[in-house]
Amino acid sequence: MVAPVNHILPVALIRRQRSLPLPGKVLVRMGQKVNATDPVAEAQLPGQHALFNIRRLLGGGRGGDQADRFIEVKVGARLMKGDVIAEAGGLFPRIVRAPANGQVVAIVSGQVLLEMEPRIEQIYAGLNGTVTETTPDLGCTIEASGALIQGVWGNGQAGLGLLLALAKEPLDEVTRASLDVSMRGAVVLGGYCNKVDAIEAGNELPLRGLILGSMSADLIPAARAARYPIVLTEGFGPIPMNSAAFKLLSTSERRDLCVNAIYDPVKGERPEIIIPLPATGQLPMELISFKPGQMVHIWGAPYAGKIGTLLQVRPGLSALPNGVRAAAADVRLENNEPVVVPLANLDVIE
Amino acid sequence: MTTSLVDAESVLAVDLGSVLTRVLLFDTVDGQYRFIASGVAPSTAGAPYSDIGEGINQALYQLQEVTGRVLVDPEGRLIMPAQPDGSGLDRLTIVFSAGPELRVVTVGLLEDVSLESANRLVEMTYGQVVEQIGINDRRRPEVQVDAILQARPDLVLLAGGADRGATRSVAKMVELITLALQTTLPEQRPDILYAGNQVLAKRLKEVLSKLTTVHLAPNIRPSIDLEELEPASEVLAQVIGKVRSSQVGGLEGLGKISTTPLIPAAQAFGRMIGYLSKIYDPQKGVLGVDLGQTYSTIAAGVGGQTALRTFPLGMGAGIQSTLADLKIEDVSRWLPVPIGDDVLRDYLWQRSLRPGMVPVTVEALAMEQAAARHILTLMMQGLQTRWPDLHNAFEPILAAGSVLSQWSSPGQSLLTILDGLQPVGITTVLLDAYGLLGSLGSISSHNALMPVQVLESNAFINLGTVICPLSEGRYGTPLLKVRIEYESGEETQLEVRQGMLTALPIRNGQTARIHFSPLRRVVIDPNRKDRIRSFKVVGGLCGAVIDTRGRPLVLPRDAARRRDMIRKWQTALGGSVV
Repeated sequence: MVAPVNHILPVALIRRQRSLPLPGKVLVRMGQKVNATDPVAEAQLPGQHALFNIRRLLGGGRGGDQADRFIEVKVGARLMKGDVIAEAGGLFPRIVRAPANGQVVAIVSGQVLLEMEPRIEQIYAGLNGTVTETTPDLGCTIEASGALIQGVWGNGQAGLGLLLALAKEPLDEVTRASLDVSMRGAVVLGGYCNKVDAIEAGNELPLRGLILGSMSADLIPAARAARYPIVLTEGFGPIPMNSAAFKLLSTSERRDLCVNAIYDPVKGERPEIIIPLPATGQLPMELISFKPGQMVHIWGAPYAGKIGTLLQVRPGLSALPNGVRAAAADVRLENNEPVVVPLANLDVIE
Repeated sequence: MTTSLVDAESVLAVDLGSVLTRVLLFDTVDGQYRFIASGVAPSTAGAPYSDIGEGINQALYQLQEVTGRVLVDPEGRLIMPAQPDGSGLDRLTIVFSAGPELRVVTVGLLEDVSLESANRLVEMTYGQVVEQIGINDRRRPEVQVDAILQARPDLVLLAGGADRGATRSVAKMVELITLALQTTLPEQRPDILYAGNQVLAKRLKEVLSKLTTVHLAPNIRPSIDLEELEPASEVLAQVIGKVRSSQVGGLEGLGKISTTPLIPAAQAFGRMIGYLSKIYDPQKGVLGVDLGQTYSTIAAGVGGQTALRTFPLGMGAGIQSTLADLKIEDVSRWLPVPIGDDVLRDYLWQRSLRPGMVPVTVEALAMEQAAARHILTLMMQGLQTRWPDLHNAFEPILAAGSVLSQWSSPGQSLLTILDGLQPVGITTVLLDAYGLLGSLGSISSHNALMPVQVLESNAFINLGTVICPLSEGRYGTPLLKVRIEYESGEETQLEVRQGMLTALPIRNGQTARIHFSPLRRVVIDPNRKDRIRSFKVVGGLCGAVIDTRGRPLVLPRDAARRRDMIRKWQTALGGSVV
């Protein structure tokens, strides 16, 4: 059976594609070293438009036939502020001029549509690494070596900084009082957060990132508004950070790391933390099936956030403590306790 | 040309959900179509696979294991048609809900006429109206163009003008769309679906097809006081199939070998409910609900006409939409155990991160069931808001969705459906535990026989006959004397009071005749002008149930009393979770 994968790897070769939503310009070249916050490609998004109804402004009949004769520009023409768009001759010529720099993008029925200066949208590297491939007009592929920890929710921001471990245990709470000025500019490792003022304190310091096991769902609006990346490894409610992620992060204190808190389940984009390392690892497996011996991570009470070893996938359906019947597996937790967990609640740690 | 499936021996239906991929095998047994078995696997439409193929393969292997029938050749291709050695299948049909939501800009004339109808048309499927522009829109034309561009639609739905009605106003909107299309790169231009004044259709297609693909549908407002959405919804379904084919890896290839056009599961579901409403009592109508993970669908069919709405609500990713406008008390009021609002909110958000998560604890199950009740209520309210003339006395009610069918007892499923939908009158509640309805709806346009024969074959689980009499009596007032006359000649009598949920002692499959003697003024079946006093029932998994809790169902304000009452109702249906 297809198994969801959760990457928690001390060393891996990390390959990430960065693509524009529409064709644009790639700003990097093959072999170039990039930092997480470097822009790697940019696209011009349509600017605002101005419509000039020439037939109304200068006359020219209902169908716009005559108005077309007054129009002095063609589709694609680039205009500077003050350039003539249309002109009706006569003793006192009437002229329609461009109000700003722009490009004529359409002429329909005596109407001219001018697109003003386009907006620029940039995409960023998201990790420190090397550009290994460029796709003309669209983006690039970046490779890096390092530790990789995937999260389950992020607030959409990205950043990098030095890791400071605030949490000594996987469920230690982050509060405003626990964040002090010594953490300014750092990425902070916490356990659980359920106070809005702690998120706000992160803005004030400012933090470069906050890695949590979990937080209260009440904090989602504040976290989304935060100006620094916030990643959750477990989700919402007081769930302790899984031991594999906590161990890897807490032993990496004072290392630089990249926090990419992107979260787009439709595109399958998950937040991730990358700790750059000189060692070269293997590309992690993305496609995997459940097999005995795998290390698994558990979702949902009563074992939320726990890690164990998959002993066997049970045949058929198994009855759970609440009477629900589901496809399940036998799992031995780290404390050697054997438990039955629905397959739907398991990730393979790879 | 439509190919009839009547002579076909076997049909494989593929249902591509956002969380699960299902394959369903139908075949003839003793000359009748039957549902044979299903295979289920996690969906691989999203990352890291980004191709539906692996999920379908996994589900097919499971189906092959269950049936012992070879459906796939050594190269992994479906064996079509069926071979003399029994391997393979004859026909393939596909429905889908996986993939990104269709972004639609609706353009019409009057806001409360054609634009409103266009928006309703989008609500019938997995679409989101990201911008709407009417003839009285006060924004400047260039601002309207910018609004269309910023919305980045997959589709522009243009409606307006009664047939042989307004043309100049429609032409003005066409000009606006033309400007927006010309401003967009050719490969990023949205398709156009025109469902307005048919006099303009040909000319409009000539003009706009120079810029993009134009689809024509029958007018959704042929006259100002007449709305006809169903013919256009069939065209919209195919347009969505085309758009999704370009968005979901592997769908285009699979679509090429499909016997039926690719259509969204919601519309196939609605088609099936409409179809069933022609078979059942045309006065009462049929109600269907599909409680999904990302989207949920409700459809009411009356005499072949279907009222259909799809909501971005569900027990998985769709719960985020539910939470957006949610008062947490609306969900927590359904909890039979004390659970804090913060715990409930955390759980529901967590559920949205892991759509397929299975509840393991009693508390988790209670929270799921509470959320399911609220979503069902929202769906029913949404349907009746759009179609205010719809009553709530349907026969039967069909309920689908893994959330409803995975629970530990049929009583839990039945109670959730009753609490969420709050039907009145006499109805039978059927559970579509295998998720057949959408696939049968997809097949129904080509093979009218199969859905009926499958429906008659016990492929759906009969949860029970439910009688919901209406009375203004106070809680605890004696309401009815009920006499149950079994086929064996034995009889049982009991008294039913106002405000109770009473399971009648009728076993699954047992036939009995129920006789009512009202003890006060009571309406038993509003559809039959309350003349009914005696009728025959066949017991379902929960037997037969009399629900005298009143409509709308009012829960006690005191939390402890409320929880106590919910537990009593659960116990009455044999489905207590605590």
